[in-house]
Amino acid sequence: MALPSSPAARRYVTRLSVSMGAYMVTLIGGAHLFNNGMVSGPLLWLLALLPGLSLVGAFYAIGMFIIEQKDEFLRMLLVRQSLFATAFALSVASVWGFLQEFGLVPNVELYYVAILWFFGLGLGAGFNKLTLGSAGWCW
Amino acid sequence: MKNRLRVLRAEREWSQQALADKLEVSRQSVNAIETGKYDPSLPLAFRIADLFGLPIEEIFLRD
Repeated sequence: MALPSSPAARRYVTRLSVSMGAYMVTLIGGAHLFNNGMVSGPLLWLLALLPGLSLVGAFYAIGMFIIEQKDEFLRMLLVRQSLFATAFALSVASVWGFLQEFGLVPNVELYYVAILWFFGLGLGAGFNKLTLGSAGWCW
Repeated sequence: MKNRLRVLRAEREWSQQALADKLEVSRQSVNAIETGKYDPSLPLAFRIADLFGLPIEEIFLRD
């Protein structure tokens, strides 16, 4: 993969790397401590919050990339990608939620919506490529 | 919106990347504008017009 060319892209890669690094550490570390019964009370709350907050950092990185992107065409591609991802994640979550309500599909943890959203970004890039001839930023 | 960007660029023997560098935008932006897939903002349209030394309406044409 080529190195990011613009300062905005470099900042995005840095922010996303920090967020995903924090996510991995807090998820693995938190699961280890929890599974071994090593934490309880307020510390358990903090431990449970950290992986989710790390993902918030990833959303922040993407939002800031949209704001800081100077190239108007690439910025539009990013916005379309994000809208596509949002529509995809909310649509799947809505349909799955009602199927689940009627007992037709298994229960899925809510944090999978975030994973769906990131998957939707990839689909959004494909949508951009098909409709505008350019995928934009490859996440 | 139609435009004459590709012709104007070819007359000057500029590559898409060279034009993108002069306009301080990405090559994808130049390609999207040339192929009519993206209409530039008014500030970018003015930058393009200034670069070619032409009025905007001689570069961008009504459909």
